[in-house]
Amino acid sequence: MSVKVWVAVATALLAVLLVPPLLTPGADSGETNQVRALRVLVPNAPGGGYDITARTAAKAMEDADLLRNAEVFNLPGAGGTVGLGRTVGERGNGKLIMSMGLGVVGAVYTNKSPNSLLDTTPIAKLIEEPDIVVVAKDSPYTSMQQLVDAWKANPGTVTVGGGSAPGGPDHLAPMLIAKAVGLEPKTVNYIPFDGGGELLASVLGGKVAFGVSGVGEYRDQIQAGTLRVLAVTSKDRIEGVDAPTLQQSGVDVEFTNWRGIVAPPGISPTDRAKLVEVFQNLQKTPQWEEALQRNGWTDAFAPGDEFGTFLENENKRVATVLKDLGLA
Amino acid sequence: MEQLLDGFATALTPTHLLLAAVGVLLGTAIGVLPGIGPAMAVALLLPVTYGMEPTGAFIMFAGIYYGGMFGGSTTSILLNTPGESAAVVAAFEGNPMARKGRGAQALAAAAIGHFTGGIIGTILIVLLAPFVAKHAVDIGAPDLFAVMVLAFIAVTSVLGASRIRGFASLLIGLTLGLVGLDEMTGQQRLTFGSLHLADGIDIVVVAVALFAVGEALWVAAHLRRKPFEPIPVGRPWLSKADLKRTWKPWLRGPVIGFPFGAIPAGGAEIPTFLSYVTEKRLSKHKDEFGKGAIEGVAGPESTASASAAGTLVTMLTLGLPTTAVAAVMLAAFQQYGIQPGPLLFQRESGLVWALIASLFIGLTLLLVLNLPLAPLWAKLLRIPRPYLYAGILFFASVGAYAVNADIFDLLLMFVIGLLGFGMRRYGLPVLPAIIGVILGPAAEQQMRRSLQLSDGSLTGLVNSPMAVIIYVVILVILFFPLIKRFLPKPPAAAEPEREKVDA
Repeated sequence: MSVKVWVAVATALLAVLLVPPLLTPGADSGETNQVRALRVLVPNAPGGGYDITARTAAKAMEDADLLRNAEVFNLPGAGGTVGLGRTVGERGNGKLIMSMGLGVVGAVYTNKSPNSLLDTTPIAKLIEEPDIVVVAKDSPYTSMQQLVDAWKANPGTVTVGGGSAPGGPDHLAPMLIAKAVGLEPKTVNYIPFDGGGELLASVLGGKVAFGVSGVGEYRDQIQAGTLRVLAVTSKDRIEGVDAPTLQQSGVDVEFTNWRGIVAPPGISPTDRAKLVEVFQNLQKTPQWEEALQRNGWTDAFAPGDEFGTFLENENKRVATVLKDLGLA
Repeated sequence: MEQLLDGFATALTPTHLLLAAVGVLLGTAIGVLPGIGPAMAVALLLPVTYGMEPTGAFIMFAGIYYGGMFGGSTTSILLNTPGESAAVVAAFEGNPMARKGRGAQALAAAAIGHFTGGIIGTILIVLLAPFVAKHAVDIGAPDLFAVMVLAFIAVTSVLGASRIRGFASLLIGLTLGLVGLDEMTGQQRLTFGSLHLADGIDIVVVAVALFAVGEALWVAAHLRRKPFEPIPVGRPWLSKADLKRTWKPWLRGPVIGFPFGAIPAGGAEIPTFLSYVTEKRLSKHKDEFGKGAIEGVAGPESTASASAAGTLVTMLTLGLPTTAVAAVMLAAFQQYGIQPGPLLFQRESGLVWALIASLFIGLTLLLVLNLPLAPLWAKLLRIPRPYLYAGILFFASVGAYAVNADIFDLLLMFVIGLLGFGMRRYGLPVLPAIIGVILGPAAEQQMRRSLQLSDGSLTGLVNSPMAVIIYVVILVILFFPLIKRFLPKPPAAAEPEREKVDA
């Protein structure tokens, strides 16, 4: 009995001690531009926006021989701030990057996260996706002006649906619009849905007066004519969507959802330069171009410091909106 | 019809058959293993399938989805550790059956249930896809809230012998369900400032903790005083009496599951629970519920698979994912440049019909695979109890950890496990707590959403015909005992009125 137990304990210990090192990939040789054994943290669940961006980018980079043995893993929670906490905690680790986007900026405030995105090392902004203001085809609103008039007259009953929780992109966009047309953000009746899909059903069924969400998921419905787009939130019109920009409709708001990559704080300048370079090279690969095309993403590459400045500005903008709402 | 036959022609090519087989095998394995759900599996496989043509990839994904449903109930029944939320209800009756030595029958009833539910669900996809696409969006928050109220009424039938203890347990569940960031306003509730609690507590963690960990601790506390006997393993096949009790639940499952899968925010948890209480109400063996009634396995499992089929309908025709797996599959479609939605059936009819045909094939493969395995799986319970429970704890821990690779989840599971132990010690049934965690957040969300839609007016709760109908049904159920008094008595009052349930 006791011998058996000891053998079992010893085997278990050996397994625990030996297996993980055997599974970890080898060290970086440092000779070429190729980055090895990079770990990509995705702070939301499989299938989410950051996940698809990370996996698509990692795949394109591996195909182009920019990366080897990259591992994409998910650490979802609290709108991405659990993953952010981990990234900030891995100070100096040049082998970890996090896929993130505008949603994380707001989540830092709503979740009262102790870590800020400004603590991280910005690597690159990758893509942008404009939001659209959308209604069902039998909605009484046919133009942004009409909608704004009705909304200002009665903000309570003109309900807004969005695919993200308070603090997320679909929540920020209508709040910015409200502010621009002179509505108090607090009076906006915003109804959060679990992603653009669930929102779609409510817009189609006329449950909400209008919806605000990313254009990607809705292209088909727009084409089929079951949805009517009143405005796009980006600076320019979008190809394939017959709608003016907000500015063209007299609402002074420019808003795009974006995604990018950050690394832990305090990584060495060499590591940082290498990571920025890898993403710079990614831009030139046909695999990435094809991926952008396929997913309907707009290329919005901004390397290192440029992304850092952008991040700071976005952080300020989000904080202002959320403070008005008492969320930050 | 012709298109469906074409679909079969595509799906029956050797490559596609092989992919379907790989899919169902992987799916079953993933379902059995704790921690990785079908959503995760499909996400991990996405890059691998890049090089494949889309039809083959989707045939495999569909196999994984259905396979996960089959496999998920296996651990739920045998080890009381559900691997994913759709399989939680399977543990209610399945595990007591397994402990009585009827594990093989429970597994067989579950497997056939999944098969019937899946097949009927898939037939409904073929027949009803356009109809569902048109009407799924008409169902809104007030209707869903009415269904939640109905579900809460149904909870009373699982409260157990002592109402007070039952309600106490339900309240524990509702409280656990409150934890997290309030989705409507972004305020923190009961998170104690911890980011890990901001998303709330996962239903699988609660179920595994209350069922498996609580149970293991309970057994550990009592094992020394009790004689040491392994769990019996009885006859492997379903008897005629079993079949007589299960065929109706199998057929009733899709009626509940399919519509729930198809509507936004439906999922599998609430329909499986509703199926469970329905079977309990309709069963002639009410006294067996809680101690291993086969109807309580057959109905919910059939419901679970049918809801998976319903999910596919809304995903294909509206581009609207109602579950995590559907969301990942949607992403997969987009990777291939295919946008599911109203135009999919015209644009990619070849792919869609091949996918539907492969669902039939996949389900058949799954049944063939799982039925003979049932008695083998059931033999697992022959392992002496100390080792068995050590194994259960191991699997439960791996599962809780693997979901997010986060030690916090593991600690959370053991804390809730201790709570489960305490509940057993003081005779609180575990079932109402689980139901509270499932129903509480869903009901709150739908109610607040309805009220927000109507700008705070209470009429917003009853402004749709479907909601009104459901409320009338609820009133009839509530006042039925009163109405019954004025009705002529049935000839033979053989049915015992007292309900005894111990979860």
